[in-house]
Amino acid sequence: MARAWAVTTGVREPTAPTVSAARRRREWLRTVLYHAVVAGLGFVMLYPILWLFASSFKAPAEIWTDVTSLIPRRFTPQNYVTGWAGFGRITFATFYKNSLIYAGVGTVAAVMSSAIVAYGFARIRFAGRGFWFTCMLLTLMLPVQVVIIPQYVFFTKLHLINTFYPLLLPRFFGMAFFVFMIMQFIRGIPKELDEAAEIDGCNHFGIFFRIILPLIRPALITAAIFSFYWTWEDFLTPLVYLNEPKLYTISVALRSFADPSAATDWGAIFAMSALSLVPVFLVFIVFQRYLVEGIATTGMKG
Amino acid sequence: MAASLYFAFTDYDILTPPRWIGLANFQRMFFDDARYLQSVTVTVVYVAIAVPLRLAFALAVAMLLDTARHGVSVYRAAYYAPSVVAGSVAVAVMWRQVFGTQGVINAGLAILGVPPVKWLGDPDLAIWTLITLAVWQFGSPMLIFLAGLRQIPAELSEAAALDGAGAVARFFRITLPLLSPVTFFNLVMQTIAGFMVFTQAFIVTGGGPMDTTLFYALYLYRRAFESFQMGYASAMAWVLLVVVALLTALLFKTSGRWVFYEAKEGR
Repeated sequence: MARAWAVTTGVREPTAPTVSAARRRREWLRTVLYHAVVAGLGFVMLYPILWLFASSFKAPAEIWTDVTSLIPRRFTPQNYVTGWAGFGRITFATFYKNSLIYAGVGTVAAVMSSAIVAYGFARIRFAGRGFWFTCMLLTLMLPVQVVIIPQYVFFTKLHLINTFYPLLLPRFFGMAFFVFMIMQFIRGIPKELDEAAEIDGCNHFGIFFRIILPLIRPALITAAIFSFYWTWEDFLTPLVYLNEPKLYTISVALRSFADPSAATDWGAIFAMSALSLVPVFLVFIVFQRYLVEGIATTGMKG
Repeated sequence: MAASLYFAFTDYDILTPPRWIGLANFQRMFFDDARYLQSVTVTVVYVAIAVPLRLAFALAVAMLLDTARHGVSVYRAAYYAPSVVAGSVAVAVMWRQVFGTQGVINAGLAILGVPPVKWLGDPDLAIWTLITLAVWQFGSPMLIFLAGLRQIPAELSEAAALDGAGAVARFFRITLPLLSPVTFFNLVMQTIAGFMVFTQAFIVTGGGPMDTTLFYALYLYRRAFESFQMGYASAMAWVLLVVVALLTALLFKTSGRWVFYEAKEGR
């Protein structure tokens, strides 16, 4: 609709100057109106996040007396200092470290293993390929709840509760979403490249590392971004497997920190909440292009 | 997966070996467990309201942003930003305070002279805080709609406009039918995701007040990891899987009637 309008009015018609002036004014008015509406709505959308960041810089007394304001009367980093101290003598440095291990190792493992599995499905003919592919697609729509219970039992038997193994090990077997996405990408690469490499004496590993891997970089980056988000924000898995505060990831730590029955220092809670979102927004700003294209082309949920 | 299916027919608390009890878990679920039925009702209500609302917002904003004006990419990023942090605990913690008795919403209402509302404490209102949270995060369906809108040739709309079709008619006769495959995809994805919502309910309302926000996934978690009834929880997980699969199948089945594929795509 809007575009159709832009096209029709974009045409310069040789009419009298008064008419064109009126038209230009109308066009200008519509542009102003458009920006007012869209920016206004955008502000409403962003308001809660801005409010969180603003509150984290307010003095404790100001947070609830001047609730709606987005500009602290007096900027104070105090909340970040008290918040960083954490609880039970464990600082947020530990929680950050845990989250970075989970998100960092988890992402590298998930993306690399998914790429290898995707290559296998896309390029190697092996017995039962159709069957295994169907299995993988099924796990795509499987609720986490179905998988996590037997997994929990399995890791309990191995006495691996309260370690990072239950969080990281599954990532080394590829994640269905990424396998599917990378596979679609590999299919777009001409097979002649593989064949040429084969003639030159490359085996499957050579083809994968020298031909495919450099060509699927955009898909790998998109997968890595999503994997980072999902792991960084993952709450259920660490909640289930990590019961010792010194192992908490940020999401679990925040939840204990903000426990409604115990929480009093909201400034500190807001400060740590805001801080936990910073890596996510940084990645978002730096890699926005990959993200938008990734969602638009693969239809992935964010 | 097979293990999970087996557990569904057992009584299992991890410490002692699983005991085969046949269909007893399912019988208890459907006939004896009032909280289970409550969690089903709550989840269905949530999905039925939040998903269409979220898609409507996503489409409306996508249409607003489907233009060649300056600054659109900035707006797109701004509208998508809340969805980037969608599942995070930080946002859930924040949301609880936004809707708290002293929160932003009540402060805004106070300016209008409305007395404070107990959003999280009122059994009738608590679920709406979670629905607004879901609607707020319409970013990914919006981007998918936007990609879909870009595919529609502008000539179609222009031709219809020349034939005298108004904006409303153009929307319902051209945009919406051509967008139906994208809408269908979004609907399936969002419905599946809607049934799995956990973090938000766990943090924002904790299932309360009076179990009015006891989502299915939350109740399942409590059964499995707070009461350690692994057998019962597995049975719940399988019912969820079957229901979601059936629902998806149903959506696919009815899609023939309202999803319009262009000839070249239809093969």
